[in-house]
Amino acid sequence: MRRNILGAGVYALTALSAIIIVFVTLYVLISIFLSGSSVLSWEFITGYPREGMTQGGIFPAIVGTVLLVFVMTIAGVPVGVITAVYLSEYANKSAVFTKLIRFAVNTLAGVPSIVFGLFGLGFFVQFIGAGMDHVSQDAGVIKWGQPGLLWASFTMALLTLPVVIVSVEEALRAVPAELREASFALGATKWETVWKIVLPNSISGIMTGVILAIGRGAGEVAPILFTGAAYFLPHLPNSLSDQFMNLGYHVYIMSTQSTDVEATKGIQYATVTVLLAVTFLLNFSAVLLRYKLRIKAI
Amino acid sequence: MNLIKFNFLRRKGNSEPVHPLLSKKFRLSEFLSEYIIKSVSFTSFAVIILIFVFVFREALPIFYKAEKPKAVQTQEQMETYGDDESQIQTTLPESSASTQTVKTESATFKNLAGTNWQPVSDEPKYGLWPLFAGSFKVTIIAVLFGAPIAILAALFTSVLASRRIKEIIKPTIELMAGFPSVVIGFFALVVIASVMQNMFGYQYRLNSFVGGIALSLAVIPIIYTVTDDALTSAPKHLMEASLALGATKWQTALFVILPAATPGIFAAVLLGVGRAFGETMIVLMATGNASLMSMNIFEPVRTMSATIGAEMAEVVFGDTHYNVLFLIGSILFIFTFALNAVAEFYVRNKLIKRFNGA
Repeated sequence: MRRNILGAGVYALTALSAIIIVFVTLYVLISIFLSGSSVLSWEFITGYPREGMTQGGIFPAIVGTVLLVFVMTIAGVPVGVITAVYLSEYANKSAVFTKLIRFAVNTLAGVPSIVFGLFGLGFFVQFIGAGMDHVSQDAGVIKWGQPGLLWASFTMALLTLPVVIVSVEEALRAVPAELREASFALGATKWETVWKIVLPNSISGIMTGVILAIGRGAGEVAPILFTGAAYFLPHLPNSLSDQFMNLGYHVYIMSTQSTDVEATKGIQYATVTVLLAVTFLLNFSAVLLRYKLRIKAI
Repeated sequence: MNLIKFNFLRRKGNSEPVHPLLSKKFRLSEFLSEYIIKSVSFTSFAVIILIFVFVFREALPIFYKAEKPKAVQTQEQMETYGDDESQIQTTLPESSASTQTVKTESATFKNLAGTNWQPVSDEPKYGLWPLFAGSFKVTIIAVLFGAPIAILAALFTSVLASRRIKEIIKPTIELMAGFPSVVIGFFALVVIASVMQNMFGYQYRLNSFVGGIALSLAVIPIIYTVTDDALTSAPKHLMEASLALGATKWQTALFVILPAATPGIFAAVLLGVGRAFGETMIVLMATGNASLMSMNIFEPVRTMSATIGAEMAEVVFGDTHYNVLFLIGSILFIFTFALNAVAEFYVRNKLIKRFNGA
């Protein structure tokens, strides 16, 4: 009897915890979507901020986020995929080098995003950027030695590197060993097998990694705080060295530093809704893709 | 992969030559592709080293600047930093010799170990203790709230729940893990802060309690995922043996699987602590950012990460304040690095030993 009560208690307590998590997640989502959808309109998405950012839309922030994520993907995904290929296809599991790489990937995943921001400022902006300005033809002009789109994207690429590596490696491992063996048996070399058999067969897994990385990169703010994001820009960035507006940074600015926080509540909610919708859709499609992948692997 | 089987042939080949058909042919393209892949995969390790070097590099001047308090020398230094004209203009008007001397002297260990963080004043104080205390306070609140919920929920989904319920809960938590931190910060600022103030009736709307609660939303998915991994990777035969001996499902979960997975759960909590400690946007938006030292959880705090996020945009490059912010960043990096290393090595070794029964 006492056992049953205790058992029911354990069951109820654990179930309650799970329910709390589900409830909170749905509550955050629904409350933000409800408050934001009333302000959201086509003009809001395609308009520029007006009247000292108390009215108007968020078009430049959306474009800035898309550009950031685009450059980040081009810079980061190839490195991530190649590292995953090495770890899954080439690496000798017990070698020191492999362990070193694995440790580095795990560590990189745990480095606080603000430290990436500092690194981006210290390394990309102050060291590489200023160095490029120093050796460039027109001396004295500061072009790269200041925060800009390229440096922010590179910083974000490093931040999302572990995300890509981990999910691509999982995808590569899901490719059945028989396929590789068949390829080897037909006389294909290692590289031919990787390029023509393993990678094409794990394309959905690679896409998952890319989508997850994009979702992460679209939402992070701390790494770009001082590597390129701008309060307000009247025009869109037209060079990689330009500063840019960003959805997440816009939310932060509007909700903490705006001249009139209460009056812009609607804009804030709508901006958060857009940001959340973008990351939500990206993550959701990644989850779906991965789910399919796992079914296939079984 | 399977070609490894032929390795013994190659090794033998040192003493007696192998038949040419069995030896591996040298192909330049293969050699190149392997080494290019290998060197690209070295990037992540190189990045770790670079982060070490470059975050420290900007923090270092604190330590040698402090040893030369002469006003003349500082003026010279200011000039080397101020390569572009705007910087000279911003630093020169306030740089009368006397205040400059104070500024450079001010970053001694004594100053860093002070209990006041007032970086922008005539006599700047860079005491790090309130920031440490703030970070720890918020982290502890977040983990105390988040860890039990996450661990219990993981126990529920991995052992007790039916398959169908699992399929609802797991994607929801993945969804939660996908919330950008600025969204959680916004939610805390707008919703949680008001709800909590109405509930508890304290004075300051934004404080460490609100920040901690908001932070637990970011910590829960991490602790949940790692705990869930640890629980599901506990050997099946333990569970089967327990059930065969007549134990109920919850008894098995509580007394067999949970103890078997403790090192993994410990790792999960450590990773959660690391995440909470380094998280910036949530605490920046929800904790009030006043560098107070108090035990009251309903008072505002300023954490290390939030300090960097809030002040870095306004400092002069090369200034002592700038260097101190990088020093804080280095401390954050070392702390999370150590946590990860412990979670990685100690815990993994323990898990392997336990599950192999050695």
